[in-house]
Amino acid sequence: MPELRNYTMNFGPQHPAAHGVLRLVLEMEGEVVRHADPHIGLLHRATEKLAESKPYNHSIGYMDRLDYVSMMCNEHAYVLAIEKLAEIQAPVRAQYIRVMFDEITRILNHLLWLGAHALDIGAMTVFLYAFREREDLMDCYEAVSGTRMHATYYRPGGVHRDLPDEMPKYVESRWHNKKEVENLNRARTGSLLDFIEDFTHRFPSCVDEYETLLTENRIWKQRTVDIGIVSPERALQLGFTGPMLRGSGIEWDLRRKQPYEVYRHLDFQIPVGVNGDCYDRYLVRIEEMRQSNVIIRQCVDWLRTHPGPVMTDNHKIAPPEREQMKMGMEELIHHFKLFTEGYCLPQGEVYCAIEHPKGELGIYLVSDGANKPYRLKIRAPGFAHLAALDEMSRGHMLADVVAIIGSQDIVFGEIDR
Amino acid sequence: MEDRIRQFCTDLQRAFTSRLQALDIGRGEITLTVSAQDLTGVMSQLHDTSGFGFEQLVDLSGIDYLEFGVGEWNTESATSSGFSRGAQKASFGRFTFEDIPPARALEEPRFAVVYHLLSVSGNQRLRIKAFCEDNTLPMLPSMCDIWSSANWYEREAFDLYGIIFEGHPDLRRLLTDYGFTGYPFRKDFPLVGHVEVRYDPQQKRVIYQPVSIEPRISVPKVIRDDYRFESAEQEEDDA
Repeated sequence: MPELRNYTMNFGPQHPAAHGVLRLVLEMEGEVVRHADPHIGLLHRATEKLAESKPYNHSIGYMDRLDYVSMMCNEHAYVLAIEKLAEIQAPVRAQYIRVMFDEITRILNHLLWLGAHALDIGAMTVFLYAFREREDLMDCYEAVSGTRMHATYYRPGGVHRDLPDEMPKYVESRWHNKKEVENLNRARTGSLLDFIEDFTHRFPSCVDEYETLLTENRIWKQRTVDIGIVSPERALQLGFTGPMLRGSGIEWDLRRKQPYEVYRHLDFQIPVGVNGDCYDRYLVRIEEMRQSNVIIRQCVDWLRTHPGPVMTDNHKIAPPEREQMKMGMEELIHHFKLFTEGYCLPQGEVYCAIEHPKGELGIYLVSDGANKPYRLKIRAPGFAHLAALDEMSRGHMLADVVAIIGSQDIVFGEIDR
Repeated sequence: MEDRIRQFCTDLQRAFTSRLQALDIGRGEITLTVSAQDLTGVMSQLHDTSGFGFEQLVDLSGIDYLEFGVGEWNTESATSSGFSRGAQKASFGRFTFEDIPPARALEEPRFAVVYHLLSVSGNQRLRIKAFCEDNTLPMLPSMCDIWSSANWYEREAFDLYGIIFEGHPDLRRLLTDYGFTGYPFRKDFPLVGHVEVRYDPQQKRVIYQPVSIEPRISVPKVIRDDYRFESAEQEEDDA
């Protein structure tokens, strides 16, 4: 009889199921994982160090690139931290816009997660469905900021500009004839808000479609039920937040428990799992998409009836309007100072956390009174989740590691920073 | 809300009395400063005592206080040779590799670790700050036994700042490359780094070499002399 030995296996860093550049060193006993050692840092760009040498506003763009599937939420935490330190507040309309785009971003993130997760476990179709809806939401990003992904739309003191009155439209081309273009442009005839409202009417039935494909699917359940179970006590110990914590049955949502912006005026439910396995986390995220849809609709209703400023009139922080800048000396000085030096924040430190699609995204900002942060620490939710991979995958089969990585919803932009 | 914070602070003071070096409240956030010796005791009490019940270590971050409050802006007026020349050439870690300025003889401790705790049951956040006593060999006790999430956070702080956590089960580098030397987030580590990596066609492998680009900054760090705020305050006072 041959002697049985454990062996180590290398997984990644270039592996489609590694969701980016994760290198895993797995110690296997047959096909059972005994120990998993994630090697991270292959996407480390020292965002925090770079921010120390730049005026505050220059780093907003870096925030987009942290978790590059939920861009505006990252900006939100950073911008809120600056506002908290400077003790200013954005106008209410800007707060509603931010909340609306946070929820749009949450749907964007969960759609990508759903598609990629299902693809990892062997369901191809969901990916195509999810990207169909992502396209519409990307168009909202584009309409409001000019880019489809890295928007840099949130600014300290508000948002860059108000919502546009019209949506970009498709034009006839070799690939789309007149009839197709008309079809594509049907929801785009009105303003951005009309388009978003139309989306919120369409979206619940889209989620139903995903659920038809997965929720009762026998293969899906075999791959996810009872895989990677985390008890509520362990989830707290391991620093889990967001859907990972709620999947384990703890009702904790910063939007409800420590509400920021206008979340206290909005009506929504918090889904909670029971068993803490991959399947429960899937259900939690699916329900979160439905709830985000509800929040978006409330924001659209409010925004329709409440016009107003979207940027603070404190010109020590936010630049004056271009028209005023051309006419007034004082405004010109403000403009020049802001765009050459930026602004100084008072000495002090703040920690500002938001409910990011993946969990709690926190920004710890230390200022020594200069026009740049002295220290910026980004608390990435995925970092704590990936740290728990060893514990979650121990004793599972190799193929289950893929399901667990998928259900953690990790993105290396934020883990490696 | 205000009352709640004040009540919580009195609870903290009663529980820890002399072990608290400082208790600050700023912008609704509470910061405790604790010495390295007392850290483990205070932390386990915060975790275990039902009145506090901080179940989660949300974040852990190292800080290097080497150039806190140090300005680079050394000119009273603009020079003919351009704007960025107004900054001092040899500020920490930003300009040169060779002539690193002599490190300030720091009276105060240089490295600190900041812990962010969260109590899910009590809906309360708390920030703990602990300074490392030795500036050349910064050391603090590990929190891995109290919170499992401390494991990777401490590895990260060790990797980036060289802070050693006593009692950590597996203190390896986490984010930097295999075989990396130095602690990149220290303030005296240049922003562009010391070495760059490229593929060498002769040797047919990836090699390290000293960085070839000129280090530069475009916007100097201006400290506190922001007259805009002063004049605004004066106007308010006058009115």
